[in-house]
Amino acid sequence: MGKKGTPFIEVNNLKVHYTSEGRNIHAVNGVSFSLQKGETLGLVGETGAGKTTIAKSILRILPQPPAQVDSGEILLEGTDLLKLSDDEMRKIRGRRIAMIFQDPMTALNPVMRVGRQIAEGIALHEKISAKEAEKKAKRMLEMVGIPASRYRDYPHQFSGGMKQRVVIAMALSCNPDLLLADEPTTALDVTIQAQVLDIIKNLQKEMDTSMIMITHDLGIVAEVCDNVAVVYAGQIVEYGSREEIFDHPCHPYTIGLFGSLPDINSDVERLSPIMGMPPDPANLPSGCAFSPRCPYADERCKAAGVELTGIDGTHVCRCLHRDNEQVEKAARVTG
Amino acid sequence: MWKYVVKRLLWMIPVLLGIAVVIFTIMYFCPGDPAAAILENSATPAAIEAKRVEMGLDRPYIVRLLDYLNQVFLHFDLGTSYFQNQSVMSGILYRLPYTVTIAVICMLLQILIGTPLGITAAVHQNGVADRICMVIALAGVSIPGFWLAMMLVLLFAVRLGWLPPYGVGGIQYFILPCIANAFAGIASQARQTRSSMLEVIRSDYIVTARAKGLSEREILYKHALPNALIPIITVVGNGMGMMLGGTVVIESVFSIPGIGMYTTSAINNRDYPVVMGGVLFLGALFSLIMLLVDVIYAYVDPRIKAQYEGQQKSFGRRKKANG
Repeated sequence: MGKKGTPFIEVNNLKVHYTSEGRNIHAVNGVSFSLQKGETLGLVGETGAGKTTIAKSILRILPQPPAQVDSGEILLEGTDLLKLSDDEMRKIRGRRIAMIFQDPMTALNPVMRVGRQIAEGIALHEKISAKEAEKKAKRMLEMVGIPASRYRDYPHQFSGGMKQRVVIAMALSCNPDLLLADEPTTALDVTIQAQVLDIIKNLQKEMDTSMIMITHDLGIVAEVCDNVAVVYAGQIVEYGSREEIFDHPCHPYTIGLFGSLPDINSDVERLSPIMGMPPDPANLPSGCAFSPRCPYADERCKAAGVELTGIDGTHVCRCLHRDNEQVEKAARVTG
Repeated sequence: MWKYVVKRLLWMIPVLLGIAVVIFTIMYFCPGDPAAAILENSATPAAIEAKRVEMGLDRPYIVRLLDYLNQVFLHFDLGTSYFQNQSVMSGILYRLPYTVTIAVICMLLQILIGTPLGITAAVHQNGVADRICMVIALAGVSIPGFWLAMMLVLLFAVRLGWLPPYGVGGIQYFILPCIANAFAGIASQARQTRSSMLEVIRSDYIVTARAKGLSEREILYKHALPNALIPIITVVGNGMGMMLGGTVVIESVFSIPGIGMYTTSAINNRDYPVVMGGVLFLGALFSLIMLLVDVIYAYVDPRIKAQYEGQQKSFGRRKKANG
């Protein structure tokens, strides 16, 4: 997939499951993608599709147990992160790969001053004195638009949007090469969402950081992502550049996602949501995971798993019906 | 913060008044007659009646109550024991050092042993270390203190002869009573620490700390433990309050003249001034400890501190602080 040359980060055939009350929950089922330096990949999908699990596997912060990485490789410039020792991995966490979490309300330690929470990571990775770390933490606060005078405040003295900025400052404090942004704006209200997104985008550009943006908001994807991977039931069902995905969605699920968005240009009475519920990850359907909800599904879809097939350029899709006229028509209407 | 402390101290006055009224009323309605208890068994009813008049026990309830409140709250006098020719205050102060010594040693044992046990158990949840710690804790809460005390005496005093079996004196006299008394505290401390740590370890900010690249040790002691402290401090505070009330069982097994023995024997003798004085004294002590616990809360958790301060200051100031 990706452009030519060794990718900066490459995930190959990642499989993760959780064990819960004796049931195996298949959260990630063979996900592969790659990312170049400075690029942004969007992971799009419904809640529970396995997006966060993918990100946490990269940083190796999944709770084990109950989570268990079954197979796969995560190559950071050729080094498999899954094979590193805990000590080696700790040097990568926060320094080379950092994560912005979904819920700023709970992501900060409530009894530690916010400045110290930022400075802590800096002091750890850059081996500088506490004073210098404090200076840099203050600079980071100012970069995300918080006055340095609030260094000694506690999280409860901040609003949700400001807490998320602190989380961003914390993630970017050591100039990471890869930023995992796990729905960074979901918990914020709309006006703050735009601000926070701008901050992330600008800092990312400034520091030439690669980013994996996890979201279910196609608007965010359009704004920040170079490439898009649509995730369904722990698999990538469609992958391509932003233009490819937005202009020519091929998978019925992707088409459905666009169909459930209001479009200012089209004159329709009702949105067309995707019918049904995501499959139970403990009991995935045989064959295409989307087939129970898919309007075009037939016997072939239900019989066996469907492979990703190339369309053109970097665009790939996991569907047997992508040449089907009906599907193409639906894509034209919504795309 | 200081305003909060002063406010809480002022609140103690009505609380203590309430305690005084309640304990006085209970003693008033208690069957038994101190006048008869003081006199010989052969005393005539007339002699007993005369003694009652002399002691002021014949007066109506409300007069005696007001008299007592006046004496305690306006003259700071807890009265004199009916039986020993000693003021209640000096009786308490004579016994207090023994009780305080045991309570403080037990508290230290509880913190220094119970907390690490609980942390170890939480970190190795469902592992071998967890099982061992929890079996110790279960034993601690289930074994009665007096039984453990007697077993310790049997082994270390009678059989081995290492330590004195009872009485008071040097530090060696306190070892067995403290171990016997602290075991239950260590156990509940370990259990509370474990459950509190387990809850905190699952928090999002622990994942954040891990994502920063901190070592498990730093995560545990810099991020998890400070957040788990509130329930742990509560247990310590409660235990301290209970132990200052005197541990009657331990005191009687080891013949230690502590507060517990003082008040219980006073109850048996209908020594009203001692009972009421002892209860009031403990009430005051308990209130002070609870205040201390609340002040420690504020230093452990800035949100609680903000709450305390918010109770005093106008809302405007807090709004300003939030920007």
